[in-house]
Amino acid sequence: MAAATAAVKRNRAAGLLGRHPVGMILAAPYAVYLAVIFAYPFGFSVWMSFHDYFFAAPGAIVDHPFVGLDNYKAALTDPAVGQAFKNILIFLVINVPLTTGLALVLSVALNRVVHARTFLRVSFYVPYVTASVAVVGVWLFLFNSGGLVNSLLGPLAPDPSWLVNEGWAMPVIAFFVTWKQLGFFILLYLAALQNVPNELYESASVDGANGWNKFWSVTVPAVRSSTALVVILALITGANLFTEPYLLTGGGGPNGSSSSPVLIMYQRGIQQGEPDFAAALGVILVLGTLVVAYLNRRFIEGRDS
Amino acid sequence: MRRWPTVVRYFLLFLGALIFLFPFYYMLIGSLQSSPDTSVKGAFPTSGLTLDNYQDINSRVDLLGSLVNSGIFTGGVLLGTVVFGTVAGYALARLQWRGRGVLFALVLLVQVIPFQLLLIPLYVLIVRGYGLADNYLGMILPFAINTTAVFIFRQFFLQLPDDLFAAARLDGASELRILRSVALPLVRPALLTAVLLTFIGPWNEFLWPFLVTKDADMQPLAVSLANYISNVSSRASNPFGAILAGACVLAAPAVALFVAFQRQFISTDIGSGVKG
Repeated sequence: MAAATAAVKRNRAAGLLGRHPVGMILAAPYAVYLAVIFAYPFGFSVWMSFHDYFFAAPGAIVDHPFVGLDNYKAALTDPAVGQAFKNILIFLVINVPLTTGLALVLSVALNRVVHARTFLRVSFYVPYVTASVAVVGVWLFLFNSGGLVNSLLGPLAPDPSWLVNEGWAMPVIAFFVTWKQLGFFILLYLAALQNVPNELYESASVDGANGWNKFWSVTVPAVRSSTALVVILALITGANLFTEPYLLTGGGGPNGSSSSPVLIMYQRGIQQGEPDFAAALGVILVLGTLVVAYLNRRFIEGRDS
Repeated sequence: MRRWPTVVRYFLLFLGALIFLFPFYYMLIGSLQSSPDTSVKGAFPTSGLTLDNYQDINSRVDLLGSLVNSGIFTGGVLLGTVVFGTVAGYALARLQWRGRGVLFALVLLVQVIPFQLLLIPLYVLIVRGYGLADNYLGMILPFAINTTAVFIFRQFFLQLPDDLFAAARLDGASELRILRSVALPLVRPALLTAVLLTFIGPWNEFLWPFLVTKDADMQPLAVSLANYISNVSSRASNPFGAILAGACVLAAPAVALFVAFQRQFISTDIGSGVKG
């Protein structure tokens, strides 16, 4: 009887705060953090992009009039912005297929490795855990005009050298990011490969499939949802590009041929004090990323779901 | 019959591993050479290695001070993540309360909002609004609780057997008591994975601390090294040597931690954490 009354009491409380109201207190700091660091700035960003916003002296009360789509118009008609989006497109065309393909092939190979397993995995993960700023240093050293890469290539070295060459600056950044991020994507694929049932490979063997057939008709379809995730994360990385053009090619050079939208957001929004322009550019960038990500997801996952 | 493909596979994997590791080797060698030797032979020097470049970079960038700043920045994020992330993960996994579904939906949504959209408003709020430029709190705030770590904690608590909690409740333990005496003592493996994953975020982060710290005394090593690369290096006698020496100092803690605890990193927790 006592238990029954307790249960009734608990049910009544459950209607209001849930069975364990203490959960609210435990989750409160994290909920506040999400509200303050993500939700509010997100709304603020969208608001700013529709208003004339500038930095005022501390304490000064200034008017930020509504300007409609002016900031968006300014961002979309700016030639530097157009160039930056074109650069990102070049980046994605090189980086996304390379990352997805290499990560899948390497993870399949690593998954079946018995010897030197730890050494091999660690080798591929190390660039991912290292600071971009640190490895940018060594890439600068490798790819400068008198660097090791050019002394290996001899007369085949491009002139002007890689990082100051308008045609090569962006591809080098794309290769750099592929190398830097690949370990993380291998990790994702390795996790997915653990869930591919062995029977699929066995029945493929019975049907006389060779290694290549198995890869194409068992592995690739089985990890398709991970492929969609890898493509989307690679896309987001590309859209977020900042450190590499800022340091590796000295601020998006030469002639803006390696600038990125985030680099322009930094230059216009913070250096030149036009946060409203930068906020509008940010919204455009995110919308663009979402559209491309959605199209990719439909393309990779959509056919049978 | 299967011998040959295996040999080829190992050969290609080792070749790939060497290509991936070579820049790290070259970083170390370059940091130890008194003048840059970019010939192929120069990559395998037999003599003439020196620590001068480390002294050189230390005279231009306060290495120790920057490392301390990196440490405080990273430590603050780890503290916030461990203290608030574990209990949030527990509340999301094991407790029923009003708003849990909403919070979890928000957690998923946050994963989709890219940091670049928040960059300008966060800068306006934290630097202009709260005056937290050149301040550790200003550096830490945007990263204070790592969402991926919250996922990992939630995933971990979900996997614990239900009987454990039912037994404690039957014994009359309060929910807080269960958290303290049952759940938290068990969380250690997830804690290590989450700490490792969280560590590389702020330790390697460049853009945000670069925006909020203008005072060289407050800059983490990634920022002071980057400033050295983009401004000062052209005036040094062996700029690459000094850059690479700084790069080694920046890379060493993360690489060492990762190699020491690579087993935690290789576990599939991270994969499931990221995918939710």
